[in-house]
Amino acid sequence: MATDPLHKTTAESTAGAGRPAGTVPHQKSGTPIVHFDQVEKRYGDHLVLDKLDFEVKRGEHVTLIGPSGSGKTTILRLLMTLERLSGGVIWVDGEPLSHTRKPDGSLRAATEKELRESRRKIGMVFQQFNLFPNMNVLRNITEAPITVLGVERAEAESRARELLELVGLGDKVNAHPTQLSGGQQQRVAIARALAMRPEILLLDEVTSALDPELVAGVLDLLRQIAHDTDITMLCVTHEMNFARDVSDQVLMFDSGRIVEQGTPEKIFTDPEHKRTREFLNAVL
Amino acid sequence: MNTFFTAFFDNLPQVLSGLGVTAEATVLGAVIAFALSFVLGLMAGHRNIVVRGVSRTVVEFFRGTSLYVQLFWLYYALPLLTGYQLSALFCGVVAFALNFGAYGSEVVRGGINAVPRAQWEAAVALNLSPYQRMRRVILPQALAQMIPPFTNLLIQLLKATPLLWLISAADLMTVIQQLRDRTGESLIAYVTLLVCYFIIAYILTLLMNLLERSAKARLGQYTGTRGLFRTRSAAGAETVPVVPTGGAS
Repeated sequence: MATDPLHKTTAESTAGAGRPAGTVPHQKSGTPIVHFDQVEKRYGDHLVLDKLDFEVKRGEHVTLIGPSGSGKTTILRLLMTLERLSGGVIWVDGEPLSHTRKPDGSLRAATEKELRESRRKIGMVFQQFNLFPNMNVLRNITEAPITVLGVERAEAESRARELLELVGLGDKVNAHPTQLSGGQQQRVAIARALAMRPEILLLDEVTSALDPELVAGVLDLLRQIAHDTDITMLCVTHEMNFARDVSDQVLMFDSGRIVEQGTPEKIFTDPEHKRTREFLNAVL
Repeated sequence: MNTFFTAFFDNLPQVLSGLGVTAEATVLGAVIAFALSFVLGLMAGHRNIVVRGVSRTVVEFFRGTSLYVQLFWLYYALPLLTGYQLSALFCGVVAFALNFGAYGSEVVRGGINAVPRAQWEAAVALNLSPYQRMRRVILPQALAQMIPPFTNLLIQLLKATPLLWLISAADLMTVIQQLRDRTGESLIAYVTLLVCYFIIAYILTLLMNLLERSAKARLGQYTGTRGLFRTRSAAGAETVPVVPTGGAS
């Protein structure tokens, strides 16, 4: 792969010189919208992510697979700034996600206000939907566009109705979350995330809490979104068929490291690593 | 008719005005205590340790010193320092507000902590600011959980109002006490007081139960009509949590 000398992040990465992370220039062409740079996460003595390096190109659909406890969800939570980094830097569009550049070029932890700036590009859908029970379906979707983005109520509502049509719940505008099935709640959660027009959408085991007969519908919706939009998607899933269909890149995790990385064709039909073969045999 | 009741009805205007003072002390004390509960309760969850410390100190002080003593202090001791005598009712309201506000802050803190962490995270993922998270997502959910313990505090506050008699405010207790002194009918006088306080307390409980029911309905939790008449809260035992908490892998 050719090195792109004009690549914005190359120069910026070196701005963090003096520390192990931020010193490795990008090797790949294209604009990496997400770059994990020597990322470490530990809870006390327990190392969850071990000097993790990977890149996601703009518009790419990346699936994270691996046994539970291998750190996949932690990656999404770090990207959503729900967790703090223990080491390394996450670059989003060439900007440090949870750091701020000091005048001398080195990095410091970002303040809450700076984190809010970073979060603007990123949306997340959770395993347990996490709809707000104090709001009806429409308000769940319009609340953030109105209060965070300052969109006019009428405009936010008409967009919310469009999104509800898209996710197949046009008739549930005024329903309460508790009146919906799990699959319907998750569709609302997807619409809610899309309403913020994210450039990067994080999907954290979004079908794991659903009854088996509801899974297919939600996955079809995500296939459609993957196909029809240019949103970059990072997806933690145990649905291997889905991963095979939508992914441009599959990352196989074990014990906080990437053991194998490649196209879905490669990973699912001809895995190189023994750990990947074992895992796929167990789940397929 | 019994001499006490004769006196009671002859002095009905005084009795009603006593009832008014009791109601005033209860309502004013409760409203200020409620506001104070939120101020102190939100401060207790603040990131800044100094803010938390101030809240902690105020709460511990007013919880740890007797309401009687606070009342006496405001009414008898404070004028010696300031040279200005506060009215008995005013002292009562201030003492009740501070004391029950301190207890109420724990209710607020507990209610906020009871909202699942996942709700905070969903609010962060939608990029709501810390203030918006609290105001739009967390507090509306926490409020429903706070109502039963707030009801208990409200009833306790009502039952603390007879302390006003000690600083000669003309509350219900004081008026009935005067009628007892005049007629010598201790038994009937005190039974009347018991009944009065019980009725007021029960009315307050019913109102708070209604409030709780509508707050829970707004969260999609529906409680039966029978629950309205209970005097002790079953604190959400019959309701299903809307949002299950999930673990992260």
